[in-house]
Amino acid sequence: MNAPFFELRDVKKHFRGKQTFAQRLLAATGNAPLPAVLKAVDGVDLSVMRGEVLGLVGESGCGKSTLARIATGISNPSAGSITYEGRPVAELRGKDRLNYLLKVQMVFQDPYASLNPRMQVRNIVGEALRVHRLLPRSEIDAAVDKALTEVGLDLAYKNRYPHQFSGGQRQRIGIARALAVKPDFLVCDEPVSALDVSIQAQVINLFMDIREKHGLTYLFVSHDLGVVRHISDRVAIMYLGRIVEIGPASAVFAEPAHPYSAALIAASPSTARRKRAFQPLKGELPSPLAPPSGCPFHPRCEHAMAKCRELRPILKEIAPGRSAACHLHNSDNS
Amino acid sequence: MTSPLLDVRGLKTVFHDLAGSWPAVDGVDLVVKPGEIVGLVGESGSGKSVTGFSLVQLIDAPGEIVAGDVLFNGEDLRQASEERLRSLRGDRIAMIFQDPLMTLNPVLTIGEQMCEAILEHRSCSREEAMKEASHALSRVGISSPDARLKQYPHEFSGGMRQRVAIATALLNKPDLIIADEPTTALDVTIQSQILFEVQKLSRETGTAVLWITHDLAVVAELADRVAVMYAGRIVETGTVDDVLDRPRHPYTLGLLSSSAATVAPGERLKQIDGAAPSIDARPSGCPFRPRCGRSLPLCAQIDPPAQVQADGHSYRCHNPVTEGSAL
Ligand SMILES: Nc1ncnc2c1ncn2[C@@H]1O[C@H](COP(=O)(O)OP(=O)(O)OP(=O)(O)O)[C@@H](O)[C@H]1O
Ligand SMILES: Nc1ncnc2c1ncn2[C@@H]1O[C@H](COP(=O)(O)OP(=O)(O)O)[C@@H](O)[C@H]1O
Ligand code: SF4
Ligand code: SF4
Ligand SMILES: [Mg+2]
Ligand SMILES: [Mg+2]
Repeated sequence: MNAPFFELRDVKKHFRGKQTFAQRLLAATGNAPLPAVLKAVDGVDLSVMRGEVLGLVGESGCGKSTLARIATGISNPSAGSITYEGRPVAELRGKDRLNYLLKVQMVFQDPYASLNPRMQVRNIVGEALRVHRLLPRSEIDAAVDKALTEVGLDLAYKNRYPHQFSGGQRQRIGIARALAVKPDFLVCDEPVSALDVSIQAQVINLFMDIREKHGLTYLFVSHDLGVVRHISDRVAIMYLGRIVEIGPASAVFAEPAHPYSAALIAASPSTARRKRAFQPLKGELPSPLAPPSGCPFHPRCEHAMAKCRELRPILKEIAPGRSAACHLHNSDNS
Repeated sequence: MTSPLLDVRGLKTVFHDLAGSWPAVDGVDLVVKPGEIVGLVGESGSGKSVTGFSLVQLIDAPGEIVAGDVLFNGEDLRQASEERLRSLRGDRIAMIFQDPLMTLNPVLTIGEQMCEAILEHRSCSREEAMKEASHALSRVGISSPDARLKQYPHEFSGGMRQRVAIATALLNKPDLIIADEPTTALDVTIQSQILFEVQKLSRETGTAVLWITHDLAVVAELADRVAVMYAGRIVETGTVDDVLDRPRHPYTLGLLSSSAATVAPGERLKQIDGAAPSIDARPSGCPFRPRCGRSLPLCAQIDPPAQVQADGHSYRCHNPVTEGSAL
């Protein structure tokens, strides 16, 4: 097997909750507890192979965006290491660090918030080229045109501002901006969630086309299982800051190993099903501020055993290329 | 045949600006019978939310309802007094909005707000109301409900606030729930829990539901009937089976075909090209024409009227899809 192109090892991101205004008021009267630590990402190991699409799914708030921001160097992990092409990112300096920051690009969830409203589209797309002097000034315009054409935006619009575009067009601008610097690796954080169904299909097709054309690698974050299943070679399922299962998309969707993956897949709606008898949640939803002991999924798991309440299962290989963090699959245990 | 609980005819709601008046909702007909779950689907900007607000007469300037009847149990809500509307809203008609902060008051605890919602429309003791509120919270999957009732909205995550709004809407066992994309931001397992409660309430108390969403799959699994909205109009409506299995309008077929489930993983999706027209730039004739692969010269001239089939399935198209035809 070839060495991973991009690797996260035991990556953590812990936030100490900021006090809200109301909490500060309470604190003034001596009534507030200390802000708790929120473990948004809590020990993630993840390897990405060159050229693959790795899907990342999980419920709202489980830490997907936090992980995506760490992978792209936008935010630093509280602990753990990141290696890019075999070299620890933390040790990269100067040109090497810039190279990493350019080769690993992020496409954001919210096409409104991620584009500077006061910049014309051509400046948004050409900004990195200009700031980092990646191309002579005279060539930037042509490079911008090329990126805009690739994502299917009419060049007649390049002097417009972001608010003059629809959501789908704005997402294309975000993709053009990432493509302009000739990246290897796109970290896409819910890039189609804010888009209409008919526009989602256009943008997913665009992602597949540019990947084929440029041999790109993707980490593709989404909470839409249908989309992830469609676009991914492998899929990782995240729950409360940890990866609970990872494996080839076809295998995981056909036969999920972790009970949370199974619950997600079973609950995922489909146009083929009618008059479904919806099921209530079993157990309680945990708070990320006070995650359950042992297996974090145990309060909701129909297979929970005594040891699930005490012992946290670790992510272990359960079949070639497949891993899960669940005592059902780790009989020897640790 | 049961008489309709909600009977909407020719509803038209416009937004005024300096350049003119633009119809966000342009002649909508909609019927919901007691106990029925109707899905209203369409892309953003198609007028789903404005329809929802118009039904309960919550349209403020620069918006204005300019035409149509909204009959609720035979009573025309367009003629109803503000007082009458207030007593209906939150009691016989419950609303769940896209943004839960619209319904939650930031300076009151969740418990106070939920109790108020009960006591405003019923006479019972505060303790009874609190108990009911606590029960309602646990039904939408919120743990330690009694402790939660003492908290303020900001102490809840976005998803939890939405569940509080849903629990509040279910409190008075309304006759009609109008739910505007309430589960779009939630995990599918939590969405199932909420749909379970909605379905249960509908079955047990005969509550009718208008479920607004852009997710056809949710409609397929939840609804009895579906109305597909495009550019302010209902372009197709019928039973879920009729509309989703035998779509007649090219837009409905396009929506169904663009789902990832219709092709093998990794294959190109069947996209609908182009984008929906903005409210002030709707083309003449059929508003779907610029994106439609089946358009005829006639489509540029005449906005297609609704055609109703014998089975009640209706659509607005000059060149409807027939079984097996592709976009
Ligand atoms: N800057 C921050 N300060 C404090 N807490 C944070 C911060 N950023 C994220 N969090 C918390 O970390 C957790 C994970 O957040 P994250 O944005 O990564 O979730 P997500 O999986 O991307 O969710 P979604 O599907 O809603 O986008 C959440 O509980 C969130 O409230
Ligand atoms: N307050 C408002 N002022 C002006 N236009 C509005 C307002 N609210 C909605 N609209 C317009 O009405 C149309 C329908 O909006 P909406 O009902 O919110 O769409 P949907 O809920 O289907 O996404 C859109 O074109 C929108 O821009
Ligand atoms: S470890 Fe136990 S509680 Fe956790 S998912 Fe596996 S069986 Fe369920
Ligand atoms: S009326 Fe014409 S343009 Fe409109 S959907 Fe039908 S065929 Fe297409
Ligand atoms: Mg996110
Ligand atoms: Mg809306």
